This record gives sequence, C-alpha cells and structure tokens, in this order.
Amino acid sequence: MTHFATRFERSSLANVGWAALAALVLVAPASAQQRDPAYAAARSSGAVGEKVDGYLGFPVSPSSEVRRLADDINIKRRDVYAQRAEANGVTIEEYAFTAGCEAISRTAPGEKYQAPDGRSWLTRGAGAPQRDPRCP
Amino acid sequence: MTAQQLTNRAPAATSLPMQGSAPGNRRLRRIGKGRAALMKGVMLIGGTMMLAGCISINAPDKPIVIELNINIKQEVVYRLAADAGNTIEDNPDIF
Repeated sequence: MTHFATRFERSSLANVGWAALAALVLVAPASAQQRDPAYAAARSSGAVGEKVDGYLGFPVSPSSEVRRLADDINIKRRDVYAQRAEANGVTIEEYAFTAGCEAISRTAPGEKYQAPDGRSWLTRGAGAPQRDPRCP
Repeated sequence: MTAQQLTNRAPAATSLPMQGSAPGNRRLRRIGKGRAALMKGVMLIGGTMMLAGCISINAPDKPIVIELNINIKQEVVYRLAADAGNTIEDNPDIF
C-alpha cells in the first residue's frame, strides 16, 4: 500500500513536471514575441531610440550592454528587412527607411526618435512625431 | 658701335640681325622685361583663381546622409508602408 502510494505520488509529481515543461515550451515562443525587458527598459529610459534609417541608435553614448543589445536587434532587423525587401523587389535601404517611418510613428510618449535631419534626437510627445516628408 | 663693344663683346656680325645697333639691342631687352611682367600678371591671376577654387571646394560638409536618402523615392515608401507595418507587428520582439 505504501509502495503504491509513493509510486502514485512519484508519477503524479512527474506529471506535474511534464505539465510545467509543456507549459514552458508553449509559453516560450509567445514570450519571444515580446520585447526583452532590457530592451523595453532601454527604450523607455532613452538609452536607445528609433533612427530615420529603420535601425536603433543611441541618443546618448551607450554602455557596452546597451550597445550589444541594440546591435543584436539591428542585425535581426536587417535580416527581416532583407527578406521583405527581396519579396517587394526594393533595396534593403528603401524597405528599412519605410520601416523607420512606421517605427517612429509607433514610438510611445517619452521614447526617443531621430529627427528628420538624421542627426538630432527628439522625445516623443503626445502628438504626432516629426518625420521625413517622404513618410506616408 | 663703340670701340669697346667691338673689342669686348660682339662677335663678328655674320647675319643681318646681328648687325643691329646698340639701341636696337636695348629694345629687345625692353620686350623681354615686358614679357616677364606679363608672366607675373598671368601667375597672379592664376593664383587668385586657384585660391578662389579652393574656397568653393571647402564649402559642403554634410552631404553624405542626405544623398543616401534622396535615392529613396516617396512613391516607393508609400507602396511599402503597409508591408512595413505588418513586418513590425509580426516581429514585436525586435521593434
């Protein structure tokens, strides 16, 4: 009887373990679809900002961590841009610039974005951001 | 022609131009001076022109970024806008 109980307990524990693992596997892709907390923090603190060319830039000189984080995201962005540019028969720069227009539009108040001059940095306010005249 | 000139410098006149008198020689020298002055003037003008050229070359200092962007046409951006918006929505981890 005790044998059975312990065996039952073990198997139920194992089930819990499997369930937890399955839950992790199911949750993992969903969490990858959200911003990394470090990235989210860098955005809201103004350590990184959206550039006119469709990539992340540094309004202030970045820490090595922030630089690594932004470089990593920029490489991934370029990868996506390259795929979509090819699908649309345009250059990566054209696609990236268009994505930059959109990304600047979608900045939240308080986040940094590059001014249309491609040099200075602005903080997104409540209203529409200043964008390049070619942005839709 | 003086005797001294005859003994010290002029070789025997073998052709017509060589038989020219002293005043004639002076005229030749004057022409030489005039040419030197002309050359000086040309060099001065050339120098100022080069100087002016240097200044105009120095003027532009930030055209690179702008030139890159000029190649992107507005119509292309408009055509891609919806696609780019979808791309951003499909990749919320990197945007």
